[in-house]
Amino acid sequence: MTVQLMYLVAALCFILALKGLSSPKYARYGNFIGAFGMLVAVVTAYVHGVVHNGLLILVAIALGVVVGIPAARAVKMTAIPQMVALFNGVGGAAAALVALAEFFAVPDSTVLFRLATVLTVLIGSVSFSGSVVTFLKLQELMTTRPVLLPAGQQLAIAAGVSSVALCALTMAVPNGFLLWLLAVVGLALGVLFVLPVGGADVPIAISLLNAFTGLAVAASGYVLANTLLIVAGTLVGASGTILTRLMAQAMGRSLTNILFGAFKATSATAQQEEQRTVKSGTVEDVAILLGYANNVVVVPGYGLAVAQAQHAVRELVAQLERRGVAVSYGIHPVAGRMPGHMNVLLAEADVPYEQLKELDDVNPGITSVDVAVVVGANDVVNPGARDEPSSPIYGMPIFDVDRAKSVVFMKRSMRPGFAGVDNELLYNPKTTLLFGDAKESLTKLLAAVKQL
Amino acid sequence: MIDLLTIFVLAVFVGFEVVSKVSTILHTPLMSGANAIHGVILVGAILITGSAQTTLELVLGLLAVFLATVNVVGGFVVTDRMLEMFKK
Repeated sequence: MTVQLMYLVAALCFILALKGLSSPKYARYGNFIGAFGMLVAVVTAYVHGVVHNGLLILVAIALGVVVGIPAARAVKMTAIPQMVALFNGVGGAAAALVALAEFFAVPDSTVLFRLATVLTVLIGSVSFSGSVVTFLKLQELMTTRPVLLPAGQQLAIAAGVSSVALCALTMAVPNGFLLWLLAVVGLALGVLFVLPVGGADVPIAISLLNAFTGLAVAASGYVLANTLLIVAGTLVGASGTILTRLMAQAMGRSLTNILFGAFKATSATAQQEEQRTVKSGTVEDVAILLGYANNVVVVPGYGLAVAQAQHAVRELVAQLERRGVAVSYGIHPVAGRMPGHMNVLLAEADVPYEQLKELDDVNPGITSVDVAVVVGANDVVNPGARDEPSSPIYGMPIFDVDRAKSVVFMKRSMRPGFAGVDNELLYNPKTTLLFGDAKESLTKLLAAVKQL
Repeated sequence: MIDLLTIFVLAVFVGFEVVSKVSTILHTPLMSGANAIHGVILVGAILITGSAQTTLELVLGLLAVFLATVNVVGGFVVTDRMLEMFKK
């Protein structure tokens, strides 16, 4: 009775946590409430549910804390998405392991119990291996582009069909070996599922896998007949699904297109391979362009964050404002690696919130902007997304900086962006390219503007 | 069984409802926070290990406890670090 009440308290804390996290004002409290609910739940489970192995459990928890907290503290803000992916993956693995252990602990089980067990093992495994692949992609330990295996689609279908078959078989004949086999097939399915997802779509896959882990946890709640696991897992599964859809909408993509798009097109590129001319300028050229402008929009991207240039860009903007130039930042919904990621990075550098403008605030007045400065961004200003139906990123909303009076494009090299798509804007006669590391260029630019 | 199903269906609606109006700025922290919450599998891992009878169950359970703890503490800490940036 008390146990159930404690679990109810924890479940309410989780609901309030998600509610709080949805509003900027209460987000941080929301996170605290969630952590508090978790503490209540874990202490309750430990005090009431542990018959033996108590000490070993405490050791395992201590180890988890020793690994988890430093990892979360040390990670750079730019690497947050892949860290979330890893945390999500281990959660999925834990759910699968719990279901496996309970399966061996209960010899005479009902069909419903076995259904919940196979679902937990399958979804947990998919979530684990899928998350590991997204981590490898975002960490650039493997290619960020969609990976198309020969007959990848057939392989994925084969893995899907055999996992369903194994689920059915395990429900009919409860057999430990079959369940292990299901876990292995689930791992393969997760890999095959995420490999074809590429570029800017990877964070969407993380969000979806996050929802998957939630469902695996909910299913494990049936296995253990534990209401808290059902409620909390379902909450995450449901809210994660909605969040995934919102993210996809922010990118102007449909979910099916993101997950299965790579199987279809991707051969449309590789046309105009001839040498094309670009116009590159010196720091002084760009300083003059900026210093005598009335109206400047800065479009920052992931490259800015990688170069740790948030502070440099803020100083340049402050200097321009002292000269009477009106400056704002154009923040694309998916600037950085994830929706909202760039806002976090700029907030870290104390950029005033009021200067951050969204697509709908910038685009209508873009033709009167004197200079649009693109720093370390690429795909979010690629006109191909607007004009080129064959482009892999077609349909993603962009900043129409090609319609501004002039464009300064700060780039490390001519390498294409995260999505691996060539950018027509680079060859636009209005565009001046400034090659070099973003931080170095901005610092030089600041000095040059001061000289004017 | 029907009780558990009722709980499930109600939780689906609550889950849909609580995040239906979230601004893009908070997508990443919200996902990370939800990520920490599904670490509640730690409860299941503790319960299963606490009543484990065989070595296999014990090993699986302890591994699950370890992984779930990483999920929980890492998830909440990383979310807090992100939200820290938003304070004025």
